[in-house]
Amino acid sequence: MESTINITLEVWRQAGPDAEGRLVKYEANNIAEDMSFLEMLDVVNENLIAEGEVPIEFESDCREGICGTCGVMVNGKAHGPEKATATCQLHMRKFNDGDHLVVEPFRAASFPIIKDLAVDRAPLDNIIAAGGFIGVNTGAAPEANLIPVPKDASDMAMDAAACIGCGACVAACPNSAGQLFTSAKIQHLNLLPQGQSQRWARTEAMIETMEEYFGSCTNHGECHEACPKEVSLDFIAYTNRDYVKSKIKNRKLGGQ
Amino acid sequence: MIGSLDARVPDGPLADKWTQHKFDMKLVNPANKRKFDVIVVGTGLAGASAAASMGELGYNVKAFTFHDSPRRAHSIAAQGGINAAKNYTNDGDSVYRLFYDTIKGGDYRSREANTYRLAEVSVNIIDQCVAQGVPFGREYGGLLANRSFGGAQVSRTFFARGQTGQQLLIGAYQSLMRQVDAGSVDLYTRTEMLELVVEDGKAVGIITRDLVTGEIESHSAHAVVLATGGYGNVYYLSTNAMNCNVTAAWRAHKKGALFANPCYTQIHPTCIPASDEFQSKLTLMSESLRNDGRIWVPRKKDEDRLAKDIPEEERYYYLEEKYPAFGNLVPRDVASRNALTVVNEGHGVGPLKNGVFLDFATAIERDGADSIKEKYGNLFEMYERITGENPYERPMRIYPATHYTMGGLWVDYELQSNVPGLFVTGEANFSDHGANRLGASALMQGLADGYFVLPNTISNYLSDLLGSTALSTDHQAFTDAKADVANRTQKWLDVGGTKSPDYFHRELGKLVTEGIGMSRTKEGLEATVKAIPKLRKEFETDVRVLGNAEGLNSSLEKVGRIADFFELGELMARDALAREESCGGHFRQENQTPEGEALRDDVNFKHVAAWEYTGVDNDPIRHVEELNFETVKLSQRSYK
Repeated sequence: MESTINITLEVWRQAGPDAEGRLVKYEANNIAEDMSFLEMLDVVNENLIAEGEVPIEFESDCREGICGTCGVMVNGKAHGPEKATATCQLHMRKFNDGDHLVVEPFRAASFPIIKDLAVDRAPLDNIIAAGGFIGVNTGAAPEANLIPVPKDASDMAMDAAACIGCGACVAACPNSAGQLFTSAKIQHLNLLPQGQSQRWARTEAMIETMEEYFGSCTNHGECHEACPKEVSLDFIAYTNRDYVKSKIKNRKLGGQ
Repeated sequence: MIGSLDARVPDGPLADKWTQHKFDMKLVNPANKRKFDVIVVGTGLAGASAAASMGELGYNVKAFTFHDSPRRAHSIAAQGGINAAKNYTNDGDSVYRLFYDTIKGGDYRSREANTYRLAEVSVNIIDQCVAQGVPFGREYGGLLANRSFGGAQVSRTFFARGQTGQQLLIGAYQSLMRQVDAGSVDLYTRTEMLELVVEDGKAVGIITRDLVTGEIESHSAHAVVLATGGYGNVYYLSTNAMNCNVTAAWRAHKKGALFANPCYTQIHPTCIPASDEFQSKLTLMSESLRNDGRIWVPRKKDEDRLAKDIPEEERYYYLEEKYPAFGNLVPRDVASRNALTVVNEGHGVGPLKNGVFLDFATAIERDGADSIKEKYGNLFEMYERITGENPYERPMRIYPATHYTMGGLWVDYELQSNVPGLFVTGEANFSDHGANRLGASALMQGLADGYFVLPNTISNYLSDLLGSTALSTDHQAFTDAKADVANRTQKWLDVGGTKSPDYFHRELGKLVTEGIGMSRTKEGLEATVKAIPKLRKEFETDVRVLGNAEGLNSSLEKVGRIADFFELGELMARDALAREESCGGHFRQENQTPEGEALRDDVNFKHVAAWEYTGVDNDPIRHVEELNFETVKLSQRSYK
């Protein structure tokens, strides 16, 4: 009952961070259409091990599109051709028999290659450490229903917080900008009443940490197209507004 | 030797125990906290919350994760919600009721005092998370919304769309990163714990492998906290993430920590069935679907017609027929076992005949497709993405899958294992859920342990160590452990066998699923106890791990984890064999009521079984912690 397809892959192989990399051709035959893209790579790896070749390194964990661990470029597109879909949720039925797929790691100078398709996305954590939090110690929180939060604000904060931190936005951007990720993280907190005390400090610190690692945003919108959670470009606009304000507010607040 | 197991539960009335105990415990004053080093392994809900909270208190914390970022931990995949006894819905909830539901849901196999404390601090968790900016669902008035969940008659579940675990983890992760920035937590990413270091009977540190460089390193501390999750991946196919493993807990077990109730595993009834041999994991569909979906299979065996061509009278709505009162909403273990029975009888549906139908046709006809879409739109979309089938037009196919493990390292009331200085939090310990966990309680336990319990109880241990420095990593205990890890790692590369690590993991998974799955028998378990070591020996001599130990090598990471799963699987079978009763997720066919329901034996098995390791080919020793129920009355669960 199950139908299968044959695919030709060209996969980026690179033995280590400083090694030279190249595309290597593999035939993936009799691939069940119900398989996910990563399961197809699992099968390719099983065959490589059987032949005594070192398997392809690629990262994944939950395989449900929520942890943000996975992510490769498929024919130049971050997470592949399917909209709003992380690589792990991409299925082979979306491809045709005889397709030729080029599989590369996420491409950005700030995401150095560790091996094959695995890259280092640590700068994303550095942006959070710079201010992506609300500074409440455990135990100090007031009763949860003390501060009503308008449902619209809460829902919008949730839309921003849905970001899975995969880095596809950076990989898709012609400037390798980290604007969509950073904006989503900033607006998740800036939109909420609880996030107001640190709003301006947070915005300035996170944006400036981002700029240490990533390119500048020129509003191409490729990030949104690649985003598996379809995080809105509006958050970039809100963040740009907050950043400009922060430059004044942070100094004024300090002078008070 | 270990002797009788004392959980060191404080005296006094149940409701006062925690408050009194917090007063009775020794404290470490704020200026002295910086003199203590604490290691936290794992950065999911239980680990990130513990590391952040202890960093805030002033301890020197080292946090370890094998992920590239703490935010990837599998807590992130939890969908439904988190329970708390806030009684915001005015429907009669209380700390006592949440405690009671949890202990009953666990089929009276958990410790009263721990479970009560869990319910007690549940309200603080919600406060903490809201203050952190977790965007919980809200009503139009701006206050928090609640939904109902299985095993309870009140609405006490807080949720952030279908991504509650993600949002809670982001909250804990952001708090953790704040402490990293403040310098109170040193974060080690892509670093896997491969050994616990024990000296003079106490946990003094860990040995890790840097997954990028391959370097093996020693880390010393006054105390070690394991928050390393559950072991569901022993089944190979489960809803756990690909990298979830038992290694940290198992290494601690081999160094003396008791492993409690390993046979208590939870099988979730509504997952998408496997489609082929190379399926890498199973995806959960929220339990809430059972509110509107009707579960059925064709009455005829080996049915080949499509669902729509099967007339009503030839459909077997087995849950509705057998359990008229609860119908499709029976608890997880009952729903799962019945699906297994009908599939084994030959009524399975789908290309591999390995599923049952979850049919929304009645609900769509009654409420309209729009209404169903509003409630379950994202789940229907996810189902279609994975299966390529449209659930608005044809019934979903579902089948149970391993989802959570209630067993884990044994801990006392203070979450300390029997090895002094080794603490265990979250799913990695065994303490709060008994033989079955209720929905929306895993997130609650992870955060209760990490935010509110451990940061308090750890001072009772550390205070006695004031003035001592952490053991030097030059000490022989560290150098020996480090050499062990290096040898073990190299050993896998030297086997040079013919089959991949995944091959053996799949084969192990088949044995575990067959023998220690939803329904267990004496004969089956005896066979499994023998079959697993046999396959393990083949694995040890015939596995093929390519590449080297000097850089990123996921095959090498995997093979070590699978080796630990082999030993754990054998212990699970032994534990299931020894427990000659049925309770919660542990169903022994010999122990059932005439109606086919789980039959507990409170005379002989009202206890925790905690196993002591005695060497890889030796029989482990079964220790017992008697469970004393001072408050609740034990009763037989009935859902008819």
